[in-house]
Amino acid sequence: MSNEAILHGQTTGHAHDADHGALDGHHHHHESFITKYIFSQDHKMIAKQFLITGMVWAILGGLMSVLFRLQLGYPDQSFPILESLLGKWAKGGIIQADAYYALVTMHGTVLVFFVLTAGLSGTFANFLIPLQIGARDMASPFMNMLSYWFFFAAGIVMLSSLFVETGPFSGGWTAYPPLSALGSASPGSKTGMDLWIISMALFVVSSLLGGLNYIATILNMRTKGMSMTRLPLTIWALFFTAVLGVLSFPVLLSGFILLIFDRNFGTSFYLSDIFINGVGALPNEGGSAILYQHLFWFLGHPEVYIIILPAMGIASEVMSINARKPIFGYMAMLGSLFAIAILSFLVWAHHMFVSGLNPFLGSFFVLLTLLIAVPSAIKVFNWLTTLWRGNIRFTPAMLYAIGFVSMFISGGLTGIFLGNSALDIHLHDTYFIVAHFHIVMGVAGMFGMFAGIYHWYPKMYGRYLNNTLAYIHFWITMVGAYLIFWPMHYQGLAGMPRRYYDYSVWESFKQFTDLNRFITTVAMIVFATQLLFLFNFFYSIFKGRKVKSQNPWGANTLEWTTPINPGHGNWEGEIPEVHRWPYDYGKDGHDFIAQTVPVGASESKH
Amino acid sequence: MMATLSREQKNKIHPYKFILLIAIGSIVMMFAGFTSAYVVKSNQSNWLQFSMPPVFWYSTIVMLISSLTIYLAEKAFKAREMARYRVLITITAILGLVFMLLQWFGFSYLEEHGVQIIGSGSNPAASFIGVITGVHMLHVLGGVVALLIMFFKAFSSRRKSYSGVPIDMMNIYWHFVDGLWIYLFIFFLYVSS
Ligand code: HEM
Ligand SMILES: [Cu+2]
Repeated sequence: MSNEAILHGQTTGHAHDADHGALDGHHHHHESFITKYIFSQDHKMIAKQFLITGMVWAILGGLMSVLFRLQLGYPDQSFPILESLLGKWAKGGIIQADAYYALVTMHGTVLVFFVLTAGLSGTFANFLIPLQIGARDMASPFMNMLSYWFFFAAGIVMLSSLFVETGPFSGGWTAYPPLSALGSASPGSKTGMDLWIISMALFVVSSLLGGLNYIATILNMRTKGMSMTRLPLTIWALFFTAVLGVLSFPVLLSGFILLIFDRNFGTSFYLSDIFINGVGALPNEGGSAILYQHLFWFLGHPEVYIIILPAMGIASEVMSINARKPIFGYMAMLGSLFAIAILSFLVWAHHMFVSGLNPFLGSFFVLLTLLIAVPSAIKVFNWLTTLWRGNIRFTPAMLYAIGFVSMFISGGLTGIFLGNSALDIHLHDTYFIVAHFHIVMGVAGMFGMFAGIYHWYPKMYGRYLNNTLAYIHFWITMVGAYLIFWPMHYQGLAGMPRRYYDYSVWESFKQFTDLNRFITTVAMIVFATQLLFLFNFFYSIFKGRKVKSQNPWGANTLEWTTPINPGHGNWEGEIPEVHRWPYDYGKDGHDFIAQTVPVGASESKH
Repeated sequence: MMATLSREQKNKIHPYKFILLIAIGSIVMMFAGFTSAYVVKSNQSNWLQFSMPPVFWYSTIVMLISSLTIYLAEKAFKAREMARYRVLITITAILGLVFMLLQWFGFSYLEEHGVQIIGSGSNPAASFIGVITGVHMLHVLGGVVALLIMFFKAFSSRRKSYSGVPIDMMNIYWHFVDGLWIYLFIFFLYVSS
């Protein structure tokens, strides 16, 4: 089926043609405000919807972390403003324990799933896949639209859980039973958890709809000449991301279904021998909470790579363009992506070393976990060699891409500590973990996202972001992120457990009082800096400097062959044909050679 | 080499059909999750042993017959025998519903023989059967709904469709849920004994 047919809906059995059937054969949709900005089926608009929704969630989730950091930094101080903001959750201006746990849980859930999964791969898979492979739109634009609206609905449900009487779920983003399975276990386990699980189920559906589409589009709808090995690394990364999602989210869903039965229908998949204060002994017998951990982490670990692979792809692309050099080791980059994708399914139990997992089994997971360091190291090596003796342009996107690599190295190294089951006995569930995954996933993921936004903003909106604000944003965020998370390693090594409401009662953690205050202060500064970015983003949509050239970065990939403000369908005439790989920078005396340029007779091989 | 290959590959498989195939992979993962959980749990203490409801054998036969009817429906469609096609997809949809009914009887059989599926006092061994079979039934139901849509499309005069893609996809999906049930049934028989 041709690209044209996709756009103009000549296929049958699909809701798309029901609405657009009358337009068959015409070349331009007549778009109303609703079909253009709201129920849009244009992948570029859907990408922006994902991005902006993700940004809203990032602000909410970030704000939550500022609030609970306030508690950690100033455990005995009262902030009357909090009471007016949160009401009974901050009685007397002090965040209550239940509120604290709810904030931590929501922060984790929102950032991991809504921001770094939907906001990151939702945005860039939608935006880049059709543009960079040379397609008019996704395989199924309608499913693509549904994917966004399921995500939106998931967000609304999650948001509503913040306002229920008993508060949102508060048992941690991993939602382990029994806290997640028994309404009587804590206030957040009541309605809040019902909403959490509904929201997450909607989110899984959204991810699946999106992922199926991304895979089908990449495999089936590439333009002429775009062989798989001529794809930009962004597309490869997004491809593996989608594969991971399609294979692991259903397993999470099965875990959730069992959880729903335990919650609502009295089954005992995860429950056994439980006594609740004030309720008494429960009749549930024969279940196992560890079972949930297996099902959760079978998704959970691939999920962290679902977050980081798109960032890796973006960083590779941005670095090659701005170093004016071909990416070093394209095939090795592919191979390592592939290896990471495979291995990510084989390491989940490293989150469960201390759960009572058979230590003999654990040793296999140690081996497989440490194996991931190999492809990770290959990637890092290739990024560094791409920079090596490059003609580097330090655009904001490039800075973020380099920052990404820095974070990935720092956080990856601590992963090697954690991957050893013996060391993990000491480190598990301490601030060392918090430091590890915030640096390697949280900050690195955000940096990949920022690199992508700064780089493709001109294509998205036909305008530039303000560079000065961008540099300020980068440096404060970069330095701030290290200042926040680096000290947490020491806290973790000293045994400070994560997810505790108040450490001041322990003599041994009193030494960290000042450090905690320091971290809180930096966190507030970094959060404020993100508002600067937000301002830059929205201001520039309307007032930014206009893009005058079709290819402002001198890049090779296809998206820069479209008009400056491409319509639905991307290219006005024929879709261009591709003749070469995307990384011919600085070749044979040319600064760059776009993918659409035929290979010359006297050209050297790359 | 790759370049020419991908160009031809493009015209081979319809993107929607391709999406369906990946979605099937995804559904397989979901049931793989369920059945591995079942295996893990069955090796732990407090696992109830009981025999499968005999009516599951009948539902299996019904499912197999429905696979045959959907197959014949596609043949009829390709031969442009629309009347026959409509009859056959109707039969398939009805068989799907019968299948679900029989599964339900299976559940009541278990309950009658003191094997509780849900509620206080239920054992995970039985709950697993209930949940896994139930989720499979939902997939069958999805197929029935799709069949109904195709049924009405076949009557719609507004728009005559001669594309073989929907019925082709329906076939794939239906055989898949059929095969899935047979796998699950064998799995239950094997692991629970
Ligand atoms: C060299 C590679 C890596 C290794 C060996 C590694 C190892 C580990 C181990 C063993 C844990 C569990 C620690 C515990 O709970 O006791 C862990 C936690 C975690 N890792 Fe990594 N990791 C690596 C890279 C990554 C990457 C690339 C990401 C994300 C993009 C990531 C995200 C996480 C997250 C989110 C957690 C904590 C989850 C939680 O308990 O809330 N890790 N890592
Ligand atoms: Cu992991």
